[in-house]
This record gives sequence, C-alpha cells and structure tokens, in this order.
Amino acid sequence: MRDWNMKGRDRQARLEAGRRLASGKVVAAQDLVAFLEAVLRPGDRVCLEGDNQKQADVLAKALAKVDPAKVHDLHMVQSGVVLPEHLDIFETGIARRLDFSYSGPQSARIARMMFGGRIELGAVHTYLELFARYFIDLTPQVALIAAVSADRAGNLYTGPNTEDTPTVVEATSFGKGLVIAQVGEIVDQVPRVDIPADQVHFVVNAQRPFYVEPLFTRDPAAITETQILTAMLAIKGLYAPYGVRRLNHGIGFNTAAIELLLPTYGERLGLKGKVCTHWALNPHPTLIPAIESGWVEQIHCFGSEVGMEDYMRARPDIFFTGPDGSLRSNRAFCQTAGLYACDMFIGSTLQIDLAGNSSTITGSRVAGFGGAPNMGSDARGRRHPSAPWLRAGQEADPTGAPALRRGRKLVIQIGETFGDGNAPMFVERLSALDLADKLDLDLAPVMVYGDDVTHIVTEEGVANLLLCRDKDEREQAIRGVAGYTEVGRARDRKMVERLRERKVIQRPEDLGIDPLDADRSLLVARSIKDLMIASGGLYRPPSRFRNW
Amino acid sequence: MTSPTPLPRSWYEESARGRLAHLLDAGSFTEFLGPERRELSPHLALFNLPRQFDDGIIVGAGALAGKPVLVAAQEGRFMGGAIGEVHGAKLTGLLHAARQLKRDVVILFDTGGVRLQEANAGELAISEIIRATLDARAEGVRMVGLLGGRAGCYGGGSLIAGCCSALVISEQGRLSVSGPEVIETNKGVEEFDSRDRALVWRTMGGKHRYLIGGVDLFVGDDVAAFRAGAVAALERPALLDPAALASEQGRLERRLARFGDATDGTEVWARLGLPHPAALPDLDTSAFLTLANTQRESADAAR
Amino acid sequence: MENLRYELSTTTPAGGTRAVALVGVVASGNLEVLLERGEAPDRCVIDIATPAHGFADLWQAVTADFAARSAAGGLRITVNDGGARPDTVALRLAQGVRLMEKPE
Repeated sequence: MRDWNMKGRDRQARLEAGRRLASGKVVAAQDLVAFLEAVLRPGDRVCLEGDNQKQADVLAKALAKVDPAKVHDLHMVQSGVVLPEHLDIFETGIARRLDFSYSGPQSARIARMMFGGRIELGAVHTYLELFARYFIDLTPQVALIAAVSADRAGNLYTGPNTEDTPTVVEATSFGKGLVIAQVGEIVDQVPRVDIPADQVHFVVNAQRPFYVEPLFTRDPAAITETQILTAMLAIKGLYAPYGVRRLNHGIGFNTAAIELLLPTYGERLGLKGKVCTHWALNPHPTLIPAIESGWVEQIHCFGSEVGMEDYMRARPDIFFTGPDGSLRSNRAFCQTAGLYACDMFIGSTLQIDLAGNSSTITGSRVAGFGGAPNMGSDARGRRHPSAPWLRAGQEADPTGAPALRRGRKLVIQIGETFGDGNAPMFVERLSALDLADKLDLDLAPVMVYGDDVTHIVTEEGVANLLLCRDKDEREQAIRGVAGYTEVGRARDRKMVERLRERKVIQRPEDLGIDPLDADRSLLVARSIKDLMIASGGLYRPPSRFRNW
Repeated sequence: MTSPTPLPRSWYEESARGRLAHLLDAGSFTEFLGPERRELSPHLALFNLPRQFDDGIIVGAGALAGKPVLVAAQEGRFMGGAIGEVHGAKLTGLLHAARQLKRDVVILFDTGGVRLQEANAGELAISEIIRATLDARAEGVRMVGLLGGRAGCYGGGSLIAGCCSALVISEQGRLSVSGPEVIETNKGVEEFDSRDRALVWRTMGGKHRYLIGGVDLFVGDDVAAFRAGAVAALERPALLDPAALASEQGRLERRLARFGDATDGTEVWARLGLPHPAALPDLDTSAFLTLANTQRESADAAR
Repeated sequence: MENLRYELSTTTPAGGTRAVALVGVVASGNLEVLLERGEAPDRCVIDIATPAHGFADLWQAVTADFAARSAAGGLRITVNDGGARPDTVALRLAQGVRLMEKPE
C-alpha cells in the first residue's frame, strides 16, 4: 500500500522536534537557533519572508547562525534577497540554491556570488510568478514569516505590512509545510486575525517590530524641472487623451512628479474625476495632496509605507482597512489587480534599447524584477473592456474587426534622456545582455519587453509605439525622443519629422506645453514637510526624511 | 497659458530674483548693475569655476507698501550665496547709498559666508559692509534682514545680519556663525552630526532663533508672509545708541546664564517653559506663534 | 573654462519687446542664460562659458536644434554653464525665448 500522507508525517516529525524546544507554540528568542536546527533538514525548500519592504529579520539572523554541519544545502524560495544574512547563508553553505524575485540593495553582491558559484540560481521571477510557483513546483517545506503580534493560540496580526504573508502561509501550511512566525509581541487578543492560528505552527517573540524599508517615499525637494516637464507631457499627452482612471505608478521621481502635479496642472486641464481615480499602488506619501483634494476614489496596496499608517487609518473610504482600522495590504492580490484591472502602468527605467526593451541592470548587478513586469505587461487573459484599453487596441490595429480586436494595456516607460551620473537612458545594447553572457543565463533580465511597451515619455516628447507600423518606425520613434544621447543623435531626422506629423511623436510645443511652466512652483508640495501638512499632521515621515 | 498656482509661493524654493519680484510692490524694482552689465568675478576663472552675471547678488531700489527702500538679494544656489569681491562691493555700495539717501534697506540673506576662492577680498568685503551698515544705522537708517533661503545665513553673512535693526525668519531659515559642517569638522561628529538635519534645525533653525530672541519676527515659508514681515519690521524702532547696546549686552548675559549649559534646543525650549518641546518642530506657523509668543525670550533692537 | 561661440541661422524672429531676459542660476547641473536683442532677425549668436571641457559637439547639437525649433531670430544669447545636462540646457533656452515674449 502506498503511503498517501508522507508530507503530513514529515511535518508531524518536525512539529514534534520543534515542540521539545517550545512552550506550546511559543519559542523563546534565545532558543531560536537550536529550534531552527531541530526543524530544518538539509536540502529543505525554505521561504524566508522578505520583499522590497518588510523583512523577517530576526528569523534571518537566526538562520544565518545555525550550524552548517546540521543544516545545509537549503533551497531558498523567497521574494526578496535584501538583508546581508540572506546572502551570508550561501557563503557558509547553509543554503545552496536560490529562486527569488527582488534583490535591490544586494544586487552587486548577489551577482558576485552567482559568478563565483556560491549560489546556484534557479530563476529570477516577478513577484506574481514566484507566488504562483509556491503552489506548483516551489512549495516551501518551511516558511519563516513576520507579523506584528500573535495571541497565545497563534493567530497573527500582520498589520499594514501584511504584504506576502497570506500567500506564503497559504502555500506552505496547506502544502503540509511548517509555518514559523516572528512577532513583535504576544498579546491576549490580536487587533484583527490576518492569519488564523491553525495555519501557524510556531511563534517567536522577537520583542521588537520587524524591519520595514521606506522604499516608496520620494522627497519632493529632489524633483527637477526636467522631471516636471516630463510629468506634464505624460499628463497632457497620455492621461488626458486616454482618460486613464485605473492605474499603477512606479516608484521613481518621474511618477512622484505626476502625483504632485495632479492637483495643480491636472486641475488646470480639467482632469479631476476623469483620470487617476482607482489605483493599485503602495501608499505613496506624494499622493497625499491628490487624495486630500478629492482626486482619488480608491487605492489597493501591495504593502504599506513607513509613516503612512495613521493617515490611512483616517481615510478608510480610500484604503482597504480592517475592522481594527489599519491597512490590509496584500501583494499577490494587488499584483493581480495591477495586471488585470489597471489600464496603465507607468514607471521609470535605467536603459531602453532600440526595440523598446527596458532593463534596470547596469554594470554587474542582478537587481531582480519585483512586481514591475506584472504591472508593465499586457494581460493576454484580460476580457473586460474599458475605454483606454479599447482605444490602445484600436491604435495598434486600426483595421481589425472591432468585436474581435484585443485591447491593449498602456505600458509606459518614463524618464529623462540622461539619468544619474549622466548615464544615457537609451542604449544600442542593454547591459542586461552582457550580464546574461557573463553569468551564462538563458534569459537576459529584461524588466519590460519591447512588445509590451506602448509609449515612451522623455523631456523631449511622447513616443506612441502603438502607431508604429514596422520595426524601422518603432526604432525612429524611440530615437526621436532620445534627446542628445548617442541613440537620439543618430536619428533619421526626416523620418522623425514624418512621425511627428502623424503624432507618433509629440513634443512639448505640439501639446501646447509652456516650458516656463516647468518650474517647481507647479508642484503641490515641495518638501516632505509639505506632505505632512497636507495630511493634517497624520503622515509621520521617518526621521531620515525630516529636516525640522 | 499662464500658471495660476493656488499654492503659497515658497520663499525657500524661489530664486533671489523670484523673491524680489514678489516681495516688492509690483513693477517698483530697478536693478543697479544688472546682469547685462556683466560685472563678473575676476577670480573664479582662475579656478576653472563658472561665473554668474550678477555675482550672486541683486541690488537695487524699489518700494514696499508704497515706501521707497533699497534692497539686496543673495542667490544661495550660486556658490552657496558666498560673498566674493564683486558681490561684497555691490552690497557695500548699496549701503553707502542708503546712508546718503537716508533710505531703509532690506537684505534677503542667503549665504554660507565668505567665498573661499576670494577669501581675502571676501573678508575685507565683510568688514566694509559692517562698517557701512553701522554708518547707515548711525544716520537712523533701518536695516531689515530676511532669513529663509536655501543656504541659510552663516559666517560673515551672520555677522552682517547681527548688525541689522530687525530680522525676519521662517522655519526654514538658519542663522549661525559656524555652519553644521564647520562645527563637525572642528569638534567631531559626536559634538555635532551635520547630517542630522533635525538637529541642525533645532540648533540654528528659525523656530529656535525666534524662541531665544535672536530674531524679531517669525513668518511662514511664503513670499507674501515675508513681505508682510518686512513691512512690519520696517516699523520697528531702529535706534542704535549706548543705552540700546548696554541693554542688549545685559540680555545676552542673562541668556548665557539661563541656557549656557543646555545641550540641545529641546532643553532650551523646556527651560523656557514650553509644553511638549519635542513636538515644537512639528507645529505649523500659527500654532507655533501662539505658543512661542507667550514664552519666548524677547529680542532687542540693538542685537 | 571653455568658451564656445555659435552663429546660427534662424527661421523665426524672436517675439515680444523685452530688451533683456535672464533664466536659471549657475549651480551644479544648472546654468544661467542671458538673452539680449541686437542681431539680424535671421540669425542668433550664442556664447557659452563652461567648466566642462570637451563637449563642443553636444553644445553644437543642442544650439542647432534650438535655432531650428525656436523663435530665436535676432537674439544674442550668453550662457554661464555650471555643468548642466543637455536636456537642462535645451529647457533653459526654450524658457528664455518664452520669457522674451512676455511683457515685463
């Protein structure tokens, strides 16, 4: 007879080993390393929770301290490789194989370790893609997660930064894996139950909050006039004509500028209520003035943002909040919302090639993807119509039969032609290709594929790639907004002028944009303090952003 | 299409020219030695440094609420508003004119002090400016300093400010002889972490300076508020005589005795009897003024 | 410092009546542009002083586009550059021409 419950028995054995070092479900912080050595087995698939925002940092530190003779060759399946410990465990042999999706601050070290053979790479994913694999072929045997608090039964409150936790727990717990949570405190009653106790096997009282990176805070003081001009081009050249109401913004200064121009420039163009009403977006502090002036109807969030908690609690009509009043974020659902229910993604990038492929790889860095490719791609499974989606589809295929013609999501890359350190945004060849050669990867790490990109916006103008009819037109449309980069200066001037006549390229003067308006006085807030004041004192920026 | 913005016009954000344009009565400003005259620094090219047509200061005549004034505005973004030879000479000349015309002066400070590349000329300029200031004030000329720019008001600039008959500051304004980096370099990061921006502001920022009586008026970061502040400051007494100086000396001695051993701005505010001193930086202008005006040290016209 | 001069043919004469306009300040990555009248209506002279050596080809490209695209005829333009990127230079030049068109 076949044993049909080997996974369940495996978990039972781990539970029994763990209970010897726990009191009920509660593991004391000083026993954590020994506890992990008891429940982990060599070669386990382990999800150590962490993304671009929240981190199970206490569990990460403990995992880095286990004896590599007892625990080794782990296969880490996790959203974020962000903390030093996430890579330390590969140095010591505790872990060997890695499947992940984002590695922002560790992007240089992870590349060195991959090149040196310390890390055996599975693949670099988007968030949604990695979450999907948790349910198919990368189900964790052990999940190490983070929550704000737990009660004695093990019910967890994950608070505003719920993020990946429900997804990780769902896959692990129902896949017969073991769920171990670090919590900031153990309380008699949690403010709300984000994860039910029967899905949680052990709880560690870390006695302090898990770490959260304020990744989505952009200081308005750093926004340049060129970024303001580019933002005006986006608003007047794209938001207005397409009437985009459902959208996602990236995290760069270009989109922060757009958020800060809605109540001034957007208002002047009469766009209030007509664009930017429904969002899949983290709680960007730069959106506060637009929310306060009535532009925004609803926002669903991937995660939270440090300092925004009280503000969101006071705006329950706008944000998804629980019975306790605090935000409930959910990365998997919000990524899905961004993919299927938004008509526009607009975000910055570091490099765009002549086919419109874009990448954030420069030099020897493996930064991963996070969620941008989920937002920045056309959802081929989408079936519900909307005006912007239908119009984009019609522009791409003007002669197709309307009832059989797919719409298109607006996927917009925005940036200045020269970025930090005067690095050109437009290149003949993506650095990602060199990296793929060097690391012998099957796929170059492309953030947004050229065939998904519909528009490129720079300070020189808006290029509508939907209207390009062949490869040459597409290339010249891209060169035509590439400014004084090598790529831009090598344009075919006659062809670019023809594209301009067809409105494939639109310049500030074509859109009636006055360069004198490209001034910081057009920003509704010019400092973090202005944002705090706009929130009525409810936004409490972290100290590194304060200068008062 | 024009850009009617519903926002207050930020003093901190504006250029020196932008501040002047909206500070003075509309259309009243006449510039002396404007950019088209190309009175450029004779020194900067030696260092392969770019020059600015007005050498970082605009001087001229205008009117404030109908009253004729002479004005000078430093541009804090050009070399940190630093005072070089031409820059200094323009301000000295303006002050000489003020004495001769017996006309009040408004100075829009935005400076880190002497320009290092023109150190000797700059130091001499500071002396000449202070001499000209005292000469003008001895003739009864009012001299009002406005403090709220990007570069703050440091070094020699702070000494000139100290000789004014009245000062108007915003929260963003910083007034100190030594700047944060200078203190850190000389005394160590343990003494003063110049990157701790909140510490910088509660040590030399507008709210602190107002509370300890280092300035006379506190206004919001808004050109219109500075205009109202300048108009009010020009109404204040400007007598500079031995009695005023003696009373100022007495006030400073009392301040030293009362706060000399305090180690942080918040400690000074607590000793002033202000409730919740740690929350003071968060207060908006009107809430701050309501609280501050009951407890602050008074300023003195002599300074 | 590198000093560059471009004498360019223009398509459109400058508008407005203002004698002088100044935009921008000299700061890192920024520049000031002084615009005056006095050239023939079909030409524009641009003098540039820049601390960044070796970018003459970029200045040539930016100023040529400016002369072709803007109402710059008759203008004498002087630039003090603080090491600005070409996009900032193009923006300032465009702002200067607009400012010349506005009443004082």
